[in-house]
Amino acid sequence: MTDVTVENATPARAKKGSGTLRHILWVLRENPVTGLSFAMFAGLLISALIGPSIVPYDPLATDASATLQPPSAAHWFGTDNLGRDVFSRVIVATRLDLVISVAAVALSFVFGSVLGAIAGYRGGWIDTVLSRVLDTIMAFPLFVLAMGIVAALGNSVANIIYATAIINIPFYARLVRAEVNIRRDAGFTQAAKLAGNSDTRVLALHIFPNALPPMMVQVSLNLGWAILNAAGLSFIGLGVRPPTPEWGIMVAEGANYIVSGEWWLALFPGLWLMLAVFTFNLMGDGLRDIVDPRRRS
Amino acid sequence: MGARGTAIGLRIAQAIPVLFGVIVISFLLTRALPGDPAAQFAGAMATEESIEQVRTSLGLDKPLVTQFGLYLGQLARGDLGQSVSTGQPVIEELASRLPASLELTLFALILSCAVAIPLGVLAATRPGSWVDQLCRLLVTAGVSLPTFFTGIVLVYVFYYLLGIAPSPLGRLDFIYLDPPHVTGFFLIDAALAGDWETWFGALKQLILPGLTLALFTLAPIARMTRAAMLSALSADYVRTARAAGLAPRKVLYGYAFRNALLPVVTTLGMVFSFVLGANVLVEKVFAWPGIGSYAVEALVVSDYAAVQGFVLSMALLFVLLNLIIDLAYSVIDPRFGTSAK
Repeated sequence: MTDVTVENATPARAKKGSGTLRHILWVLRENPVTGLSFAMFAGLLISALIGPSIVPYDPLATDASATLQPPSAAHWFGTDNLGRDVFSRVIVATRLDLVISVAAVALSFVFGSVLGAIAGYRGGWIDTVLSRVLDTIMAFPLFVLAMGIVAALGNSVANIIYATAIINIPFYARLVRAEVNIRRDAGFTQAAKLAGNSDTRVLALHIFPNALPPMMVQVSLNLGWAILNAAGLSFIGLGVRPPTPEWGIMVAEGANYIVSGEWWLALFPGLWLMLAVFTFNLMGDGLRDIVDPRRRS
Repeated sequence: MGARGTAIGLRIAQAIPVLFGVIVISFLLTRALPGDPAAQFAGAMATEESIEQVRTSLGLDKPLVTQFGLYLGQLARGDLGQSVSTGQPVIEELASRLPASLELTLFALILSCAVAIPLGVLAATRPGSWVDQLCRLLVTAGVSLPTFFTGIVLVYVFYYLLGIAPSPLGRLDFIYLDPPHVTGFFLIDAALAGDWETWFGALKQLILPGLTLALFTLAPIARMTRAAMLSALSADYVRTARAAGLAPRKVLYGYAFRNALLPVVTTLGMVFSFVLGANVLVEKVFAWPGIGSYAVEALVVSDYAAVQGFVLSMALLFVLLNLIIDLAYSVIDPRFGTSAK
């Protein structure tokens, strides 16, 4: 199945330039939702990059005269129990949430790729050991394992990133392992070896790039999941600490006011979180269409 | 018969190395605590002597391999250590809270299977129709929903705005007494006792958290059912069955659906992984007295024995569930065992 993916993607990339571009444009036209998801992603990136300097209020500034105000022209998303502007906090939180998920996914991408590539290329006992270790990680309910790791390593944002990375590594390692394994003895691999390239070079420059298209799809789908995971961890009080603005913790704080009717405290950060995850999932589907037209659902 | 029995035996034997791996990882997690694990396990109020006592009882003064042996011995005796915050053995507290979590999880899974499987089948049999569109929408939205957020929105709408749901505080309103303890599942216990008022009370408390979890698990099940049904319907045996003039119902349910069920059951394994994690979040939102909220409370006060006991028992539960799923396979799939090595 994954084999098919790459065989399709390679000719598209071989032609480069106009062909790929036309294909991307065609996918965007055919499925405007993908275009929308890229636009939303750009929006998220902008609020992460310049959010803190464009928000109307200081996200940490309390105001005792304006606590628990419903959304209004002055405070678009209302104010919380300390009079902090919810809109400013939601926008400022984008950076932290994106940093956590991107860092976690990048870490698992790198480590998963290296481990999977070595296991797939070498085979033998390295492969067996790695597969067993990955199976063991997957034998845990992943969110629960992340909780355990954060509890063991200590309650900090960095450890949230490590925990999220560790539970994601199996997905990347397995994918790369499968992609590398089927090309281990391919004609182009042998040609590259005969031309005098070292194993590392063949693996890194000749075989691994073939695994990139399906990996990109995986990254995009994973980013959404990583954000959910990180927000879930901070929702139960791990990692991010108040008063730092972060979506999960804001929903957790807002949850206390839901039963008394102050809905805006939890609703807006939750909506933003949902929007971010939705964006990444749509983008993943869109990327899959671009990478592999035949696997469209 | 022989081949089938061997295959089942093999599958059970395969669970053993996984179990061992799970135990090794949870052992490493308990020893990876920052600083002095003995001090961490003894808690913040510990004196020098009690830290020393914990050190000897955990064997932290011995080499790692000996410690692991001791750890295995403790596990074999069902000893997960003492909770620092309550002073109770962790295993007892987990055991007393487990039924609440299981009741919630199973209720949610039954609910979501009851909706997702028919939805997926309908979507596959009528591609492009409104059912298919609805299915696609639910699947995309479902995977983007943070469980804790859905739970809070449901509480706001059904408790605060409409006032038809009870307050999101636990398994039973305080006006009811807990039903006599038989299974620990309130719905079953109340039904056994013939106390229908309590039964309805428990059901009312269960609906919102159950719905939250169900919404979350709906997406993967519906997506898999739809995909599996689509591929089954385009398979040769379905074409043959149609050509042979079998009734559409028979083709759909007797042949296509039965085959499509296999990948769906496999997906359930993955769904369990998600649902056990999401359970923690949902329990926190609804103050549900299960093992998830126990772990969250333990995390807040850095009660390590309790947290690690929770992680280990969740992993064991998950391994067991996967085993059950694979054994269920042997019932559903008539080919099971015939190709076993």
